Amino acid sequence: MCVGVPAKVIEKYEYSALVDVMGSQITVGIIFVPEVEVGDYVIVHAGQAMSVIDEENAKLSIEEWRRLADAGNSE
Amino acid sequence: MQEILNEFSSPQLSRKLLEKVKESAEKFIEKHGRRPAIMEVCGSHTHALAETGIKKVLKDYVNLISGPGCPVCVTEQKSIDAMIKLADGPDRIICTFGDMVRVPGTEQSLLEAKTAGKDIRIVYSPPDAVKIAEENPDKEVIFLGIGFETTIPILAVALQEALQKNIKNFSMWMTTKLVEPILRTLLDTNATKIDGFLLPGHVSIVLGKNDYQYLAEEYKIPGVIAGFEPVEMLSSIYKLINQFLDGRAEIENDYPAVVSDEGNPVAKQLIAKYFEPVDEAWRGIGIIPKSGMDIRGEFAEFNAKNRFQITVGEPRKTKCRCGEIIRGMVAPEDCPLFGKACTPLKPIGPCMVSAEGTCAAHYQYMRED
Ligand code: SF4
Repeated sequence: MCVGVPAKVIEKYEYSALVDVMGSQITVGIIFVPEVEVGDYVIVHAGQAMSVIDEENAKLSIEEWRRLADAGNSE
Repeated sequence: MQEILNEFSSPQLSRKLLEKVKESAEKFIEKHGRRPAIMEVCGSHTHALAETGIKKVLKDYVNLISGPGCPVCVTEQKSIDAMIKLADGPDRIICTFGDMVRVPGTEQSLLEAKTAGKDIRIVYSPPDAVKIAEENPDKEVIFLGIGFETTIPILAVALQEALQKNIKNFSMWMTTKLVEPILRTLLDTNATKIDGFLLPGHVSIVLGKNDYQYLAEEYKIPGVIAGFEPVEMLSSIYKLINQFLDGRAEIENDYPAVVSDEGNPVAKQLIAKYFEPVDEAWRGIGIIPKSGMDIRGEFAEFNAKNRFQITVGEPRKTKCRCGEIIRGMVAPEDCPLFGKACTPLKPIGPCMVSAEGTCAAHYQYMRED
């Protein structure tokens, strides 16, 4: 039930947006993410976009995980 | 962006992180003579950890304990029986999330009630139930509102829509649950030894990192907010073990691309506008004060508990141990019915029904044949 899937916003309307989830298009509510823009990725739960995925932070996380993975081999 | 998201499940990165987790777990075991005990609070983590094989490959290194985060699993049997009873009456349409329909009630499940001719519909989103009410003005449409903080704001959206459209034949039967009271209860009662929490990524979208400070400050227990892809979960487990090794107790946000410090302000406002904290009964635990949310008095007309008088008797006793499983006290394999009388095809308790249930996850991905 808590499964949230990343979806790409294709069109934005007043209270909803058309999103693409792994190839299929659905309409989701955007009341919780009024700042969302076309092209953004959102986490969808039970028909509502709950959060916009922040690209900058996603990149930083990956860099951190890569560093973690490669670190300490000299320990 | 898609390339970045792909990295979250990169097999190469996962393998390296897995080795890191094992290395640090070995240090912990050397120091303490036992495996570090980490509770994953969220049912989606339980499912993802089992499905990706992480639980199995780490079983000699980390004691990953499933927690109370599967919504149907924590719902007490009496509430389930009451929700099934709601379907009685010729003018009713019951709308529910898919997970609920197969949960066995004392007499029958919602699916069996549906087969017997009751109008029971699975909806993907709570506002869909408001639409059904609009299209069926001569019926009473009742939505069964279960879930944690991720789902509660969406229930508020449904209620707001019904209010704005002045729909009179819509109501909700709420048995929602909150994360903080149950974590406090688990820690206060010492239900099981927990060194740290893998905190629920989606609940945290609503709550925000700051709402978990009590764990670190009052209980001196670390927590790491985790995403659901293999790399994300392994990184968070690694960070937790490192905190144990350093003797730190901090709340870390390892899912910063979607979780903020403050949470989602619109969701928090909507919850506060329409709902208020109420005492809730949890399976196998009993009532925990202010551990759920129900509709505020001023919107009582939408509260199905006011609109329909439902009484149910004491539930039939079974040997099901879901009540202990949701507290991390026993594993599914400790239940005598697991995989024998109780299977996903013929479940006895909710932990075997829901994809987020611990018994279903163990049955599907972790059986030693
Ligand atoms: S195996 Fe079945 S009966 Fe046993 S605890 Fe799990 S759900 Fe309950």
